[in-house]
Amino acid sequence: MYRSHILVCAGTNCHSGKSDKFIEYLDEKLLEHKLNEEVKVVKTGCFGLCAFGPVVVVYPEGIFYQMVDQAGIERIFAEHVLKGRIVDDLVYEESKKHGVIEPFEQTDFFRKQVRVALHNCGVIDPEDINEYIAVDGYQALAKVLTTMTPQQVIDEIKASGLRGRGGAGFPTGLKWSFAAAEPAGKKYICCNADEGDPGAFMDRSVLEGDPHVLIEAMAIAAYAVGADEGYKYVRAEYPLAVQRFQKALDDARAMGFLGENILGTGFSFDMHVKLGAGAFVCGEETALLTSIEGNRGEPRPRPPFPAVKGLFGKPTVLNNVETLANIPRIIMEGADWFAGMGTETSKGTKVFALGGNIVNVGLVEVPMGITLREIVEEIGGGIPSGKKFKAAQTGGPSGGCIPAKLLDTGIDYESLAQVGSMMGSGGLIVMDEDSCMVDIAKFYLDFTVDESCGKCAPCRIGTKQLLEILEKITQGQGVMEDLDTLKTLSTHIMENSLCALGQTAPNPVASTLEYFWDEYVEHVVNKKCPAGMCKDLLTYTILPDKCIGCTICARVCPVNAISGKVKEIHTIDEKCIKCGVCVDKCKFDAIIKV
Amino acid sequence: MDNVKLKINGLDVEVPKGTTVLDAAHKLGIRIPTLCYLREINAIGACRICVVEVKGARSSVAACVHPVSEGMEIQTNTEKLRQARKMTLELIVSDHRMDCLSCERSLRCELQTLANEYEVDQHKFANLNPEVDDSAPHLIRDNSKCILCRKCVAVCKHNQAVGVIGANYRGYKTQIGSPFDLPLDTQPCIYCSQCVAVCPTGALSEKYDHKKVWEAIANPNKHVVVACAPAVRAQLGECFNYPIGTNVSGKMVTALRRMGFDKVFDVPTAADFTIMEEGTELIKRLEAGGPFPMFTSCSPGWVKFCEHFYPEYLDNLSTCKSPQQMYGALMKTYYAEKEGIKPEDMYVVSVMPCAAKKFEITRDHQNAAGIPDLDAVITTNELALMIRQTGLIFEDLPDEDFDPAFGIASGAGHIFGVTGGVCEATLRTVSEIVSGKPLEKLEFNEVRGVAGIKEAEYDLGGKKLKVAVVSGTANAKKVIEDIKSGAKEYHFIEMMACPGGCVNGGGQPYQPGYVRNFTDLRALRAKALYREDAPKTALRKSHENPVVKEIYDSYLGEPGGHKAHELLHTSYVKRTVY
Repeated sequence: MYRSHILVCAGTNCHSGKSDKFIEYLDEKLLEHKLNEEVKVVKTGCFGLCAFGPVVVVYPEGIFYQMVDQAGIERIFAEHVLKGRIVDDLVYEESKKHGVIEPFEQTDFFRKQVRVALHNCGVIDPEDINEYIAVDGYQALAKVLTTMTPQQVIDEIKASGLRGRGGAGFPTGLKWSFAAAEPAGKKYICCNADEGDPGAFMDRSVLEGDPHVLIEAMAIAAYAVGADEGYKYVRAEYPLAVQRFQKALDDARAMGFLGENILGTGFSFDMHVKLGAGAFVCGEETALLTSIEGNRGEPRPRPPFPAVKGLFGKPTVLNNVETLANIPRIIMEGADWFAGMGTETSKGTKVFALGGNIVNVGLVEVPMGITLREIVEEIGGGIPSGKKFKAAQTGGPSGGCIPAKLLDTGIDYESLAQVGSMMGSGGLIVMDEDSCMVDIAKFYLDFTVDESCGKCAPCRIGTKQLLEILEKITQGQGVMEDLDTLKTLSTHIMENSLCALGQTAPNPVASTLEYFWDEYVEHVVNKKCPAGMCKDLLTYTILPDKCIGCTICARVCPVNAISGKVKEIHTIDEKCIKCGVCVDKCKFDAIIKV
Repeated sequence: MDNVKLKINGLDVEVPKGTTVLDAAHKLGIRIPTLCYLREINAIGACRICVVEVKGARSSVAACVHPVSEGMEIQTNTEKLRQARKMTLELIVSDHRMDCLSCERSLRCELQTLANEYEVDQHKFANLNPEVDDSAPHLIRDNSKCILCRKCVAVCKHNQAVGVIGANYRGYKTQIGSPFDLPLDTQPCIYCSQCVAVCPTGALSEKYDHKKVWEAIANPNKHVVVACAPAVRAQLGECFNYPIGTNVSGKMVTALRRMGFDKVFDVPTAADFTIMEEGTELIKRLEAGGPFPMFTSCSPGWVKFCEHFYPEYLDNLSTCKSPQQMYGALMKTYYAEKEGIKPEDMYVVSVMPCAAKKFEITRDHQNAAGIPDLDAVITTNELALMIRQTGLIFEDLPDEDFDPAFGIASGAGHIFGVTGGVCEATLRTVSEIVSGKPLEKLEFNEVRGVAGIKEAEYDLGGKKLKVAVVSGTANAKKVIEDIKSGAKEYHFIEMMACPGGCVNGGGQPYQPGYVRNFTDLRALRAKALYREDAPKTALRKSHENPVVKEIYDSYLGEPGGHKAHELLHTSYVKRTVY
């Protein structure tokens, strides 16, 4: 038994903050002070609060240290580990909110979370299979192989109400049952770890923080549907995830959790890792399978669905990382336990990647049904700098923008779709009053135009035309007829595209048109951008009554657009490129954009 | 197979399980427009023109790929669908170089037809000014007119097993091209031009040489002769609204004469020479014991395929020139000598169903008189254009005969244009030479028909002769792989690059996807040629052709002899794949 554990986050963010060096340092120091029998350093997966990384947590107190650097880790060792004195200034601000330092689990960010998929992330060492086994890892696999029939496994998953976490929300058990119903023979289990939504990193977090749960889940799925081979399709931009997953595979194989005759039950299953080149469309299931087959990653028409004719033409189950991460817990805790969380139609929890104009940027796992307001204001800590909330964009680049008046929308598949957005893979970008919604729509369309595979005409050309029109509007060239075209074209693309990418790509346009119509009209009719984002619609002006002629603005202007003598009022001429540097530098708030 | 019952536009229909909505609708006489679909070749649901409404479905579905199911209720032509198709067309048009007045595909362009039918507003969306790319050698790829239906990619890969084109880049920047956008002439493209034959717009077209021919005709110092491949007469009519499979030989000859050609000759006459040479070569190989199988060499696409992908089989290729090249060689030697014209003053033109023939005339060892055997090749499409440019009312022209000096051909020479024809023609001649007695039955039905691979075994003077007839180079690949592995053995294989043979060549008149999807072009077109070889035809064997006999007697000597070899045979080169 150790008297204390020091958890050092080794997720990608903290890793890039050199957290691996902290581990080396701590191990060395503990040995030097002969404390290595008393204090254990654990390299863990992600805690979720990535904006405050690198993160170090000291137990049993549960003290959450944020933004630790080398000097910081030296102080934590010298003060906290050796002397038992908490290093106050490094402690996560939120845990000091009530005047005392609380364990981090008590803070707003963590308190409302329910961790099922991320259960072991930030708890165990992802590179040590024994730690996984110590938290009941591979128990679920053993349970299904020795005490359950494949049909019972499928029934259990069906009863849990688990739905696909990749975006579409298809019932997982039903998907499995389709593949299971196909005649026996070659079948595949594939895991979608392509995670193409910019800003979403829950899959990466599971891969890096708890890789064995995926191996276990895929083996369970394979048993349920009668598959013997699996593929994990993971984007090559996740080197750490790939490396850890590969190690987990090797360890699992060595211990007999993968390969021939698993646990002596006669069941055999093994899998490969396939690296993706990072195309967003390869998150679409048929495009992903096409890519594994060695072809250009493009979707193919469904039916036939992958469960009937998938990878290499064989029945295939493709599940998302987060979906799979729930499986072993469902098997162990029971379908009722899982179904006890969430709403009528959406059971369990969902991981969101919180980002944008919000205090606590990071990963959160919350029960389905929680309101957007709770996520944004309580878990997320609200909007920084006292600004006003304007919209939340859920579901990644193809999601919709949800306005303040709908903040009390409960998070589940149906209600998000109802308000014109979607669950997607769980991106949640918060925007404050300074965001221009036309500009935001343009931003997302720019992404989908690039990432459309180019196969079907409505998506390939339609999204490009949407973008062209949005550009025209943000440049002050729009006419009211353009708004009608945006609407009809958006609907057209959604109803006629080949795959989900095109069917959802216009969401940012359609939802902002719906909720921020006036802002569009302002751009088109009055040629004004109320949020002050669209450069072509702005003019920078110096207020004569505030300018004292300090010349700073003239000196920082990169294009010499500001003139004026010392101690005289300055003016901005037409050379202005609207970069905003002068506004930032003026100490007297004398420059405004109108 | 199980049947399913469903309703389309309120009408009941029963079709086999797995049938697509498109086919089920067709059965009811309902036309659903298509652009990217090509039966058995390209079923990718990409253009979204064939969208239909299925009761209960989340979004519209593509009729070309969506299988029917029991109790389905489908609407194919609601106002909403018409608007959807219209908007998709408007989007496609926004990305299309609007060159319609002078575009090669104008009036036969499927996009144009649909745009007209759906009353498309070509200015609905800003035209995005795509760029032109005409770097390819034998054909022109103008991606500014490409609608990315991928039919060309599919035929190249699936029918031809060549696969030198595919989609490059992504999203809006997607365009069809060779890997890394390298020029097509650096690729193992076999120039079969099947890609051109399926392109629904003017994005792909043969390189036209008709202007060179007009110049030669206008030059008083040139003696301009022309000859037509068998398949041309069977398809030229399609350009003048004749039903598919109408033989317009007589009008074609009249037209050529009125266009100003000095002589109008016939390629089937040359095909009879090919049979004499090829038959002799086969007999010699049978005597020498190989090398087997002997491959025919009249299809330049196939020859180039063999050179690129199976260079180890070059010795198996017959050394005979193709009928086109034999015609050119005899024009600039025998005919020039006989007429007292210097070979340099001759201008030899052929009309071909094939753009690869334009490449064939540039090959080495295709210069019997020391200069290229031919000066220009025009395709059926170019001939149609030239006829229009001459101001001829084609359908009103009288029928005339080819010039007899090189215009008499056997039925055997005519069926060269159809898969199995070369083989059948060869068998007629070889059988009679080997057995020394006339054949009782001239039809070799085993090698007829549109199947991509046909096999037969014949008795040749007590010896077994195993033959195969292959069309489409993907089938050629299959057969050669079987030979390689030892699974199959043949003595003689007729190889044609284009599925169905020359009647389905890359230089043939364009038939829209909708026609190709619901008729068998190959079979319809073949009929026109078999009519030239009907049982009542007097001349059905190459070796009985009086022109052939005369030229061998007076000029060439023995078939396969020294002079024949010098003028009528060629050589091949090993080529690489990359």
